[in-house]
Amino acid sequence: MGDMPEPETAIEWLQTMTLIRRFEERAGEMYARAKIGGFLHLSIGEEATIVGSTRALRESDYLVSTYRSHGYALARGTEPERVMAELFGRVDGCCGGHGGSMHMFDLRRRFMGGYGIVGGNLPIATGIALGSDYTETDEVTLCTFGDGASNQGTFGETLNLAALWRLPVVFVVINNQFGMGTSLERHSAVTDLQRKGESLGVPGTRCDGMDVLDTHAVIAAAVERVREDCRPVLVEAVTYRFRGHSMADPEEYRSKEEVAHWRERDPIPAFGELLESEGILDAQGLQKLDRDAVARVDAAVEFAEASPFPASESLYEDIYVLDQNARGAYH
Amino acid sequence: MPELRYREALNAALREELARDERVMLMGEDIGVFGGAFKVTAGLLEEFGERRVRDTPISENTIVGIGVGAAMAGLRPVVELMTVNFALLAFDQIVNSAAHIHYMFGGQVTVPLVIRMPQGAGHQLGPTHSHCLEAMFLHVPGLLVAVPATPADAKGLLKTAIRDENPVIFIEHESLYGIRGEVPDGEDVTVDFGHARVARAGSDVTIVGVSRMALTAERAAETLAREHGVEAEVIDPRTLRPLDLDTILASVQKTNRCVVVEEGWPHGGVGANLAALVAEHAFDDLDGPIVRVSGADVPMPYSKPLEDIAFPHEPQIVQAALASLGRTPTDPDTRGAEPQPTQTATTPVGS
Repeated sequence: MGDMPEPETAIEWLQTMTLIRRFEERAGEMYARAKIGGFLHLSIGEEATIVGSTRALRESDYLVSTYRSHGYALARGTEPERVMAELFGRVDGCCGGHGGSMHMFDLRRRFMGGYGIVGGNLPIATGIALGSDYTETDEVTLCTFGDGASNQGTFGETLNLAALWRLPVVFVVINNQFGMGTSLERHSAVTDLQRKGESLGVPGTRCDGMDVLDTHAVIAAAVERVREDCRPVLVEAVTYRFRGHSMADPEEYRSKEEVAHWRERDPIPAFGELLESEGILDAQGLQKLDRDAVARVDAAVEFAEASPFPASESLYEDIYVLDQNARGAYH
Repeated sequence: MPELRYREALNAALREELARDERVMLMGEDIGVFGGAFKVTAGLLEEFGERRVRDTPISENTIVGIGVGAAMAGLRPVVELMTVNFALLAFDQIVNSAAHIHYMFGGQVTVPLVIRMPQGAGHQLGPTHSHCLEAMFLHVPGLLVAVPATPADAKGLLKTAIRDENPVIFIEHESLYGIRGEVPDGEDVTVDFGHARVARAGSDVTIVGVSRMALTAERAAETLAREHGVEAEVIDPRTLRPLDLDTILASVQKTNRCVVVEEGWPHGGVGANLAALVAEHAFDDLDGPIVRVSGADVPMPYSKPLEDIAFPHEPQIVQAALASLGRTPTDPDTRGAEPQPTQTATTPVGS
């Protein structure tokens, strides 16, 4: 377990984890009410991995996530209103309604995207790290992906290349125990995921992804090591998603007992209790923190509801950057 | 005007753009120490160093993905895929990432990435190494597609591609690397996208030829003039997206006949697309059906006589032009012509 940070920082971590939890719960409700379409992959249970990893970054560092992308945008500071509006497919969404749940993006906060293809984000993150290395900055790119992605070709290809070229990228495998509905031991010959980079020249470490302090401590050490040595590392964050893979998942591949067992380790009450026992927040303070998160999500839903759908004329916007010298039909 | 080989023209474009813009960098398999499988990048590692000219492992999907990320981070990467055949391994990154990121993320970021690759049959490389896939790339909104047929266009279009803000699929041709042509000097001489080249003026029939087929069509046009008294206008679109449809339509308005020639497969091909566009926009100008000439609808066979009849040569184009004029019975079967010797081929080095 890592050290407790300054009280303000600890409170901010709990606030952000709680915001993600309340946001995801509400998003699930809005999905059930058909306000949100497509797929909806929730991060409930994985909040400590999101906050622990993003809080290890500087503002100038880059973050790349998977399709389970809402929490990362929120943790990076994207307004919940803009994330919810994107889920609603509205014009004020962070991608103007072009991306949806799997494809959040916020350039200003260097959140370089949620990506819909399993393993497709690894080379992109490494290319961003190449940009930092090429321009001789000390920025680090943090790339998260799931245990399932560790079986994709891009995993081996990208870790090899990142190690070969000594690129400043931290690979964080969020091991939530399932590649969709296939459990880790049924999809990966090596289940000790931190070791999967060894033969590719990428050393690994592990953290308890249900513990925000441990997650932060391990990933912060990895980030600073990468910044210093300019060599990639792999961190395995062991966690569990409490909800299905997506809202469309009947969860027939795991037992209620298993889910209940992991829920006992819910990272949010656990950290809340720790703050209370350390005298950083009292029971009232904890309740207020939660109420504030709910209120913020209420405002996000209200904002998203009020935001208009994109105009039909915008269908063809942002496909191409038109060159003034070019002639002819782009479509 | 200096005369350069197609590969030298490409090399000059890369050299000039590397010198002009620090953000330009090259990545690809065997492009550095080896100098490129077709020697397009010869000498660039020595001149610009390991930071800017990077040999990569054989990892096509990841090379393209790294190019996408680097472009998003502000570089202007030029990725070489050794041949178009290997682009199939990179389709996820080309389509889901390079093509869609600007749109998917609401225009917040651009992907100024060039992906170069040569295509084409004629070297007896069989089904997996002889593809012409421009239609697949043309299919994808978000990509631009350039198909230069001459050394001058190879240089001018590549420079434009590198300076463009969009992801560009830059399709060279394996059989053209050795051809010579005049190339205007000057580091700011570029060829704008969306401007077709009228390779030969004529009034009887319009022939649109794509990639190498632009040159094959030019030779067919000479035969048509010499042996049949037919003056064909040959148009090389140079870029398929953006497409200079106006130049094609203006020609059809003049000739009232249209033949489209491509080396790739017929179904869902570039020729099918061009024929549809001409039919939609110039139906009243046409005096007869648009005639398509394409590669045969088969995987490319290895055996020389079979390979020779599996992609178009001059006689098929001559026959198609005459058919469009009603001079011979229309025969849509492009396999009908006698086998012809292929053009002087550049055998890929080390492939």
